[in-house]
Amino acid sequence: MVPFAGWDMPVQYAGVIPEHLAVRNDCGAFDVSHMGEIEVEGPRALELLQSLLANDLERIEPGQAQYTLLTNERGGILDDLIVYQLEPCRFLLIVNAANTDAAYRWLKEREIPGSDVRDVSDQYALIAVQGPKAIGRLDLGDEPAFTFAMGAIDDVECLIARTGYTGEAGVELLVMAEDAVELWDTVLARGAQPCGLGARDTLRLEVCFPLHGNDITPETDAISAGLGWVCALDKEFTGAGELRRIEEEGPSRRLVAFVMEERAVPRAGMTILEGGEVTSGTHSPMLEKGIGMGYVPAAHSQPDTDITIDVRGNARKARIVKKPIYRREES
Amino acid sequence: MAAESYPEELRYHSEHDWARIEDDQATLGITWYAQDSLGELVHYEPPQEDARIEKDRTYGEVESVKAVSDLISPLSGRVVEVNQKVVGAPETVNDDPYGEGWLVRIELTDPGEVDDLLDADAYQKLVAEQ
Repeated sequence: MVPFAGWDMPVQYAGVIPEHLAVRNDCGAFDVSHMGEIEVEGPRALELLQSLLANDLERIEPGQAQYTLLTNERGGILDDLIVYQLEPCRFLLIVNAANTDAAYRWLKEREIPGSDVRDVSDQYALIAVQGPKAIGRLDLGDEPAFTFAMGAIDDVECLIARTGYTGEAGVELLVMAEDAVELWDTVLARGAQPCGLGARDTLRLEVCFPLHGNDITPETDAISAGLGWVCALDKEFTGAGELRRIEEEGPSRRLVAFVMEERAVPRAGMTILEGGEVTSGTHSPMLEKGIGMGYVPAAHSQPDTDITIDVRGNARKARIVKKPIYRREES
Repeated sequence: MAAESYPEELRYHSEHDWARIEDDQATLGITWYAQDSLGELVHYEPPQEDARIEKDRTYGEVESVKAVSDLISPLSGRVVEVNQKVVGAPETVNDDPYGEGWLVRIELTDPGEVDDLLDADAYQKLVAEQ
């Protein structure tokens, strides 16, 4: 167990690699109850969120979810999050644990009459069940990604969302905190392997999902981070003008994914000798190579470009690849 | 993964390294406790062959998904062989930390240093306190 954003979190149960492979090949369960939940409700809730979140909420309806960004005036990323439209006038935002307070305060300070922002993190637990066999093991039907519905797993009521952070099919189960232990036991009884933070990080990095605090921060903008697709630049929201300018002029650096060409494990903070820095790095259990993401000069950011990572004083070759780094082979 | 053990015939360093002394040479590796703490190894950064390594100093690195760890040499010497099997398949250390998973063989430059090392009982006591 390790402290993480004020929570005691399991890094691993059976081991990072076996847990990672369980999610890629079968089914794994993650207790991600540390994630924050913020509810925004009221006749003007939509208007408030449209002005503060980068993606366009007009593109979804009740029962659907959307990946989006909370941006500052400079177009920097305060948090990346998923917003769930519960009802026409009621939204649930699931935010990163370390950013829950900051995101809540940011939203609360900008509340408008007819909108109510509440931090409801303490009421909920969140359990992610991910992998090609996750849906079958829970006896659920197929539903499109980024949809959700109320339901139950063996009589434990929960909100079943078709979302996740692993690149695999699966669900995230939002459950009342008092039912969390029962749901966790139920999911494990159905054959999901318990997985910790370690595997969560290797899984998300293989599919190039950014980690806030590493790959994206209040100092990095969405365009440079390759998240322009999340930004509805045809609407007004905080930092939209700055993001339009960056998009038009072209960013000076870009967040790229890379695979090591030599034996070495890149780590966050290592220097990229062509200019830039590794923001996430690990060993990929699927590729059995070092992989990572980092910012490099835009002129040097094309796939197949060779870069060099300073691994504790040793220059090690890597190659920029198209995202995602790992993609399931279609059978 | 191997079961916990600390063979009697080895000598140990408090930084979780072992040495198997054979005349003026020693084979070095990391203990069961070290590999268990790190988890499955994914990288071994060995010293150059012929390099001089010094007692209590770093001579290489081993790395798991979670963490990188310096290899601390229990003895001083000159590297005569690097275990290339571990370079190619670092998880060998987890499977067999005292056998196939050895890391380097060195020619001792100060055999008297052996007296500073712990025996299996003393090392096991140290591990129990961690």
